[in-house]
Amino acid sequence: MKVKDTAKVISQSVLAEGVYSLIIETKAANYAVPGQFVSLYCQDHSRLLPRPISICEIDKDVSTLRLVYRVAGKGTDEFSKLTSGDTIEILGPLGNGFPLEGGKPMVVGGGIGVPPMLQLTKELEGSVTAVMGYRNDDMFLTEEFVDNAAELVIATDDGSVGTCGTVVDAIIENNIEADVIYACGPKPMLRALAQYAAEHDIKCYVSMEERMACGVGACLGCVCQSTDVDDHSHVHNKRVCADGPVFLSTEVEL
Amino acid sequence: MNTKVTIAGVEFQNPIMEASGTFGSGMEYGEFVDLNKLGAVVTKGVADKPWPGNPTPRVAEVKCGMLNAIGLQNPGIDVFVERDLAFLEQYKNTRVIVNVCGHSLEEYINVVDRLAGENRVDMLEINISCPNVKEGGIAFGQDPKMAYLVTEEVKKHAKQPVIMKLSPNVTDITEMAKAVEAAGADAISLINTLTGMKIDVERQSFVLANKTGGMSGPAVHPIAVRMVYQCANAVKVPIIGMGGIETWEDAVEMMLAGATAVSVGTANFYNPTATLDILEGMKDYMIRKNIEDINSIVGLVK
Ligand SMILES: Cc1cc2nc3c(=O)[nH]c(=O)nc-3n(C[C@H](O)[C@H](O)[C@H](O)COP(=O)(O)OP(=O)(O)OC[C@H]3O[C@@H](n4cnc5c(N)ncnc54)[C@H](O)[C@@H]3O)c2cc1C
Ligand SMILES: Cc1cc2nc3c(=O)[nH]c(=O)nc-3n(C[C@H](O)[C@H](O)[C@H](O)COP(=O)(O)O)c2cc1C
Ligand code: FES
Repeated sequence: MKVKDTAKVISQSVLAEGVYSLIIETKAANYAVPGQFVSLYCQDHSRLLPRPISICEIDKDVSTLRLVYRVAGKGTDEFSKLTSGDTIEILGPLGNGFPLEGGKPMVVGGGIGVPPMLQLTKELEGSVTAVMGYRNDDMFLTEEFVDNAAELVIATDDGSVGTCGTVVDAIIENNIEADVIYACGPKPMLRALAQYAAEHDIKCYVSMEERMACGVGACLGCVCQSTDVDDHSHVHNKRVCADGPVFLSTEVEL
Repeated sequence: MNTKVTIAGVEFQNPIMEASGTFGSGMEYGEFVDLNKLGAVVTKGVADKPWPGNPTPRVAEVKCGMLNAIGLQNPGIDVFVERDLAFLEQYKNTRVIVNVCGHSLEEYINVVDRLAGENRVDMLEINISCPNVKEGGIAFGQDPKMAYLVTEEVKKHAKQPVIMKLSPNVTDITEMAKAVEAAGADAISLINTLTGMKIDVERQSFVLANKTGGMSGPAVHPIAVRMVYQCANAVKVPIIGMGGIETWEDAVEMMLAGATAVSVGTANFYNPTATLDILEGMKDYMIRKNIEDINSIVGLVK
């Protein structure tokens, strides 16, 4: 179930340069699953469209969601100024989450694609290997992955921590085996990972990004190219907000 | 208190509709809005065959508004009838207006013919802002002669009353209104989106893959009010007003300018219950102003 809600800000903190962790209390938390996202609305009404942000952690006991985001423009800059006691309009939870499959899972996050993998890691059964890619040693959420995953492998662009290179380089270097890959990150990373998964015959789920307007599947603004004919328009366009954001890597053109 | 309005013999329980393309066929918003409470559901433009639409990015935010270049992605009339019309069957209190698009006259007519036997369709809304492939890419909606021609042909085939939806991207909107009225349109709706552009200064490129997109949202409201007013004073057919309506004040303003009913588009994206909130606000206004019949405010401001 989706709700439009005035969420209460419980706390906000800085995790790394320009990366914020926001905890909000909202009934949307009661329906959320890992891999879903929420639309955040700006207080400044000249900015009308929602900012989609993935759910990083869910605490149903106290109805809170943790959102981790990078300041990328005016909207996220506005959100970064929120403090405890403030309110924010939200719509969610939106989209479909990651299906929790059996077998040995590997979760892969790149940059601001790291946060949504945390709740997933907590909910997956079996020993999870987390492979996280960062620009440099200004990392975030690593402690949480150490606590919740069986193994944490890191790749950095500048080689300051872990493997110097991409998450795929780290997977190869560390010989990580898995039956299912769950991934979120920039498109080139998803593309490389999908190719790796195909070569190794591993099932791979990717979380996609696209500009959104409605967030609920009505406007057809956020489509990505799909390999098969889609159910909505019977063309080759799946809606990231409603049919995704999580897709099988073989289902979409990366 | 009467909120009923009548357009071309079709009675609506209230004058609040949602605008084509912003609400799908209502399915996606059913979680937030009881569709049975709306004056009408106006469905996303449908063509005779599926259209894939434009490449992404298809939407961009601009100050107090947005640009879209969806490119009229739609599943084609067959799927639409089987799925969307069947879905709308259950909402008996609400009228159904089907928005029609096409690249050529034949394509419009194919859809209109296909809908002729569908009882659930109360009215047709003909979007003449579609890319006109046959006539060299200019939309039918920018040339009064072409608009006349489409209207005349559609009227020959249509079994439901026809609303012609006008584009604001013209020098004189009243010329277009007069042309479609003369060709037999039962009503007009306006405004469709205004062509705009946004450039990303960091990337030094267009934000939309299509370069240009249709602008909508609160920023266009004053233009829409002006155009509705001009048309109300130029033609006799009823007008459905839209463009930037987000509050009951905006809706009332549009009716005072001459609209018999109003559509809410972009506002749904940031307030999924905008339509019903507007309806409630309008009723409060009627009570406060001692307005017995909502029709009495239509075109009140001369
Ligand atoms: C499903 C999904 C999940 C996401 N999860 C996260 C997350 O967990 N953490 C995080 O930091 N970011 C996430 N993003 C990206 C985030 O939505 C954008 O960074 C944010 O919208 C930028 O808003 P802004 O006002 O700061 O930037 P501006 O550039 O000023 O925004 C202008 C407009 O473009 C849109 N926009 C800009 N960049 C993006 C983008 N990358 N994706 C979609 N829309 C964009 C904005 O929503 C807004 O409508 C996610 C995006 C999607 C689609
Ligand atoms: C995403 C989007 C899709 C639209 N699709 C259609 C369409 O298929 N057919 C049509 O006639 N108008 C379409 N429109 C135009 C709207 O129906 C409306 O005329 C316009 O947006 C102005 O109203 P608003 O400012 O309330 O959105 C679309 C508008 C948007 C924003
Ligand atoms: S954002 Fe409207 S369909 Fe996805």
